[in-house]
Amino acid sequence: MRERLNMSILKIPTPLRSYTNGQAEVTVNGGTVASAMTSLIEQYPALKPHLFSEGGDLRAFVNLFLGEHNIKDLQGLETPLGESDRLILIPSIAGG
Amino acid sequence: MLPGLTREEILRYSRHLLIPEVGLEGQRKLKGSSALVIGTGGLGSPVALYLAAAGVGRIGLVDYDVVDSSNLQRQVIHGTNGIGKLKVESARDRMLDLNPDIEVEVYNEPFTSENAMRIAKDYDVIIDGTDNFPTRYLTNDVSVFLGKPNIYGSIFRFDGQVSVFYAKEGPCYRCLFPEPPPPGLVPSCAEGGVLGVLPGTIGTLQATEALKVLLGIGDPLIGKLLLYNALDMSFDFVKLKKNPKCRVCGPNADIKELIDYEEFCGVPGHDHEEGSAGTGWDITASELYERVKTNHLKLLDVREPHELEISKLPNAVNIPLGQLAGRLAELDSAEDMVVFCKGGTRSARALELLVSAGFKKVKNLKGGINAWAKDVDMNLPVY
Repeated sequence: MRERLNMSILKIPTPLRSYTNGQAEVTVNGGTVASAMTSLIEQYPALKPHLFSEGGDLRAFVNLFLGEHNIKDLQGLETPLGESDRLILIPSIAGG
Repeated sequence: MLPGLTREEILRYSRHLLIPEVGLEGQRKLKGSSALVIGTGGLGSPVALYLAAAGVGRIGLVDYDVVDSSNLQRQVIHGTNGIGKLKVESARDRMLDLNPDIEVEVYNEPFTSENAMRIAKDYDVIIDGTDNFPTRYLTNDVSVFLGKPNIYGSIFRFDGQVSVFYAKEGPCYRCLFPEPPPPGLVPSCAEGGVLGVLPGTIGTLQATEALKVLLGIGDPLIGKLLLYNALDMSFDFVKLKKNPKCRVCGPNADIKELIDYEEFCGVPGHDHEEGSAGTGWDITASELYERVKTNHLKLLDVREPHELEISKLPNAVNIPLGQLAGRLAELDSAEDMVVFCKGGTRSARALELLVSAGFKKVKNLKGGINAWAKDVDMNLPVY
């Protein structure tokens, strides 16, 4: 069965906006978090090394939240997405 | 027994005493409480000022740096007449001017695995105002081991984060960030910059959370992370859970004592952009000056284009670090080359990348274009 084409919004933190032409929010397609991230990387390939390891896993210091929940506490990259869900990328920042 | 308030203190704290959630008892609680502020920089400035003003009885300050004029765009506890002074002393003087009834203890030393437990053990809350990953992991682990709340705040450019990591009641910093990012991937504020008012916003929120925790009122950010973006003026809250695999606060924790945090993070425990590429790979500004007089050298500037408006070297080619891997074909590995940035950190990363791509005749300008501006060409500004 063909995966439903949901449109979700992914919020990009400022450290990563230099890889999204300054876009604060990106519309991504996909029925799961994994396919939404594929859609993100297709639009902005330069983001890939910042988010994924060479093995294709989300890097350990990258936190992706669906609404207010960490996808690690849901079904990880397999977490299903509904229409107009909101994803937030949380960067590891250390400035003070 | 809570300490009493003097007649002068009752007047000073009048606006607190009028709030039922604080009142006389709350103010006496604050007088009997203590807070350790790690770092007296952008975040530490508002934290220390507001905790002093609020009447927290004993405040510890940890920093080993001196006030520099580039600090004053955001570190509002210090002043122009404090340039060159120890930050902890400059901050203490300002706090005691604001409130002479409190005690300020200063620790003019880096916060390290050797001294952290000794310094932190006698404080009620620990406030993370540090500027680098190793000290953040250290601050977290110390807080977990001592069973104290860690009032966390962190900033970069326009983004800020706030949480209260308190392993007794919720997740710790490592539950959210089990591992630091690889060295060089996330720029520091010294490399990437920060909007001056941002630490004001985030530090003030940290001070708010610290006061709530000390007073035992309200709903602190335990198990919650606040994400602030100044450009969008957005506040997002997300829920944080304890990570069952957490190496310091999980049921099978294997980290039982403080470790070497600089080794763990692969970066130094400070945010000074005075990068070196290591023995044999560096060239000083004076050496470079002598070499360019006689030899042809390619100069590669790996800073961002907007930094070239501040200062530049003639004939240098600009390829920002983030684009270098994809633009190696523009460079000739047979040519002698010197790589530089603002202070030498980004260029050291660029040099690593070039060497791994087979370039052998490359050197890193130690201290960056700022070193050139200090030692060779005084007409160039230092930034």
